[in-house]
Amino acid sequence: MSISRRELEKVALLARLDLSEDELAVMTPQVASILDYIDQLNAVDTDGVEPMAHAVEVMDVLRPDRVVESLPRASALANAPRHNGEGFLAPAVLGE
Amino acid sequence: MSYAMDALDQPASQIVAAVKSGRVSAAEICRSTLERIASRDGQVGAFLRTSQETAAAQAERVQRGVAMSASLGPLAGVPVAVKDVLCDSDGATTCSSRMLENYHPPYDSGVVERLKRAGAVLVGRTNMDEFAMGGSTENSAFQLTRNPWDHQRSPGGSSGGATACVAAGMVRLSVGTDTGGSIRQPAAFCGVVGLKPTYGRVSRYGLVAFASSLDQVGPIGKSVEDVALLLEVIAGHDPRDSTSLDVPAPRYVEGLDEPLQGLRIGVAAEHFAAGLDPEVESAVLAAIQTYEKLGATIVPITLPNSRYAVATYYVIAPCEASSNLARYDGIHYGHRADEGAVSRRQAAARGAGAKGDSNLVGLYRQSRSEAFGPEVKRRIMLGTYALSAGYYDAYYLKALKVRRLIRNDFDAAFAQVDLIAGPCTPAPAFKIGEHVSDPLAMYLVDLYTVSANLAGVPAMSLPCGFTQSGLPIGLQLTAPPLQEDRLLRAGRMYEAATDWHTRSPGGL
Repeated sequence: MSISRRELEKVALLARLDLSEDELAVMTPQVASILDYIDQLNAVDTDGVEPMAHAVEVMDVLRPDRVVESLPRASALANAPRHNGEGFLAPAVLGE
Repeated sequence: MSYAMDALDQPASQIVAAVKSGRVSAAEICRSTLERIASRDGQVGAFLRTSQETAAAQAERVQRGVAMSASLGPLAGVPVAVKDVLCDSDGATTCSSRMLENYHPPYDSGVVERLKRAGAVLVGRTNMDEFAMGGSTENSAFQLTRNPWDHQRSPGGSSGGATACVAAGMVRLSVGTDTGGSIRQPAAFCGVVGLKPTYGRVSRYGLVAFASSLDQVGPIGKSVEDVALLLEVIAGHDPRDSTSLDVPAPRYVEGLDEPLQGLRIGVAAEHFAAGLDPEVESAVLAAIQTYEKLGATIVPITLPNSRYAVATYYVIAPCEASSNLARYDGIHYGHRADEGAVSRRQAAARGAGAKGDSNLVGLYRQSRSEAFGPEVKRRIMLGTYALSAGYYDAYYLKALKVRRLIRNDFDAAFAQVDLIAGPCTPAPAFKIGEHVSDPLAMYLVDLYTVSANLAGVPAMSLPCGFTQSGLPIGLQLTAPPLQEDRLLRAGRMYEAATDWHTRSPGGL
């Protein structure tokens, strides 16, 4: 399955990336050749095969519903590029 | 040469014994190790940072324990290097990425916690491919790591720093991670022992995620005994990782020297197909012969779906990566682009009639694009594409089904044999820069290693020879789930019969 540069631009938006013209020019043929390689999976008969999402198929892991100490707010905010001591600061999303 | 310097070349268990008996102090060992790193790492580039002060404090704590005859941990005073992907609250954790250049974890990962409790002295953080994506350590945003056996060549990756520092004799023990071969391939390239445990054997709590269903932390050492000792410390249940297996971890060192009786070793034709370097092939075949001489029965087996392992892996791993790395938004932690510049740009785009992004989406895109390197971007793009509407079934779901077939192959093989032996890599260490412009060629280096991650089974690489030009060759042993002790005992049998693991690169 081949992929066009236009499609990659769309994927970049979904991936929240902004690729330069140069990056797109390099990446388009690279991604296309990787997808070509991956296409060999179509040759495998997987009718009736259960997908395997995890190597160890553990079921729900439960723990007692107890209040325990969690990360202090100051530690949780310590790595934030912008915060006001109470929360993370982000650009306004309403009223633009 | 001081006694402490001398001790550095001893097995980790001997360092512990020397510290416990008081023949040498943990502080001296720590100092000598840091001196050795300072004198050797200029040529290798294995360490991103050394942790002088916190390491000295950890050594001091061990020393106080010795003075008070307190009970000491199983790694008391042993210098250990940690790949810069496991959170340690004592300093930065960067994943060799600009994104996390200034990130200081607020807590210790489960593995770092266990190491500290065991009395290990964490001397430094090792270089890696950015976010563990790559097989050469060239994708580090910060520095190049060179193979100690040939400085023009790559140490492998992504745990290239973690294996190079052991090969160069800077530390005896090192912790790496393996998502598609990232412990075993660099261990093979650097001539050291590296083990990827069963998925779930070692806690992933505080491990910066790449592909969560494949990532596993594991030990790297100069010998099988070193690796057994380190695995004993890091393995075990951790309720903070819901995929951690709630089964007791055995005492791997105990019984390590007992040879396995009636060992049946499977050899798969698929591992010796076209494309295998002839020198690697003959070294691996000779190793299999050694096992035969030691009394093992060699059984031909088949892993028919292993030829699809790389394609399967390069769907599943990028899908999981694109989802995991969505957390780097420039808001909670990590790199953030200049907000003013982003909003001016968005306003200009809207003014020019283009649709433009909101300021928030613009900030996400700009922050991520500035801080991620090319390979990380490529994998995020691949994964996002494969998971996007209309492609999910064709790529992701299909790959999950083939993954089941790959696991079924292992289950069928292990009904007949105790272990599988084969080459770890199709060729010895490649030159730095050799695969940089061709990502697919780089991915194909993972041919023999990715299956164990997809199936979740444990596997180990150990030195089994050298090429004419002096490059190490790795033998890969694979075992059924939770049979790490079998891998280690089989590895020890091989070491007892050969001396490859005793060799070290010259010129350091």
